[in-house]
Amino acid sequence: MTRYLLPLGIFVLLVLLLGFGLSLNPREVPSPLIGKPAPQFQLPQLHDPAKNFAPKELLGKVWVLNVWASWCAACRDEHPVLADFAKSGLVPLFGLNYKDQRDDAIAWLKRFGDPYQVSLVDTDGRVGIDYGVYGVPETYVIDKLGVIRYKRIGPVTPAILKEKIVPLIQSLNQG
Amino acid sequence: MSSLPKIAIFLLALSLAPAALAGEAKPVAADPALEERVTALASELRCLVCQNQTLADSNAPLAMDLRNQIREKMQQGASERDIVDYMVSRYGDFVLYRPPFKATTVLLWTGPALLMSAGLAVRFCRLARRRADPKTELSNEEHARAAALLKGNGDGERR
Repeated sequence: MTRYLLPLGIFVLLVLLLGFGLSLNPREVPSPLIGKPAPQFQLPQLHDPAKNFAPKELLGKVWVLNVWASWCAACRDEHPVLADFAKSGLVPLFGLNYKDQRDDAIAWLKRFGDPYQVSLVDTDGRVGIDYGVYGVPETYVIDKLGVIRYKRIGPVTPAILKEKIVPLIQSLNQG
Repeated sequence: MSSLPKIAIFLLALSLAPAALAGEAKPVAADPALEERVTALASELRCLVCQNQTLADSNAPLAMDLRNQIREKMQQGASERDIVDYMVSRYGDFVLYRPPFKATTVLLWTGPALLMSAGLAVRFCRLARRRADPKTELSNEEHARAAALLKGNGDGERR
């Protein structure tokens, strides 16, 4: 009897290990940018290309940067969640319009509603690379010192907003 | 209208097709040596969009952007080391197909060797135990019975 227990034990351990591995999301690669200063950039605004924006203008404020595009289907799923978040007025929500056409982007916002205080145009995706973007939508929470405190890869869900992002912003706002 | 010219045109088009495709797939390269370096480095890096492909293999738009980024940096004189650091600082160690040896990757690097030696150790222990086990030696009575069986004096069905 005992001679079967050892292989059985090893087998059960292996199944548990593999089962745990299956439950992980391979898309969620830990970002090395957490705890690092948000990369600087200077980008034109979507609705007013003559005006530029740089993240250092928001130093002293907690803010959220959401990477989106009109060609991104998951952005549409995420959109109502962001709209609710923007309506709460907790912190400024900025959009990074990633590798998009200007007309498409503006039409998309007109059709679904514009939750962003300002959207910035990253046509060639350079700023996206600096922020380690690889799956749109992505969302960053940046603190008062301009440090990235949280990154979400993929759409923000109501649960993530309620359990992770809002509590984090509240604690950052107090600090 | 004769069908001969049609066939000729068809064959001509057919013969040109691979050339057209090759032209499309090739990156704009003025400098083959540089392109070789770009491809060599891109083969060491993971495309994060399609995670089981290298940056060199992948046709994802991000992979193309990153290949262009590598090319540009090399043109500016950046070393392979510089570019790898640049990628890791944005996308993490996961972009490396050869991850660095550090606390979080110890098991990854040593795991196969550990499993192999554990397996060999178990094997050797078993073999050693079997050799030392007196039960594998036949008693005199058993020797006699074995000899009788081999001779064909079949009293082997006693048990």
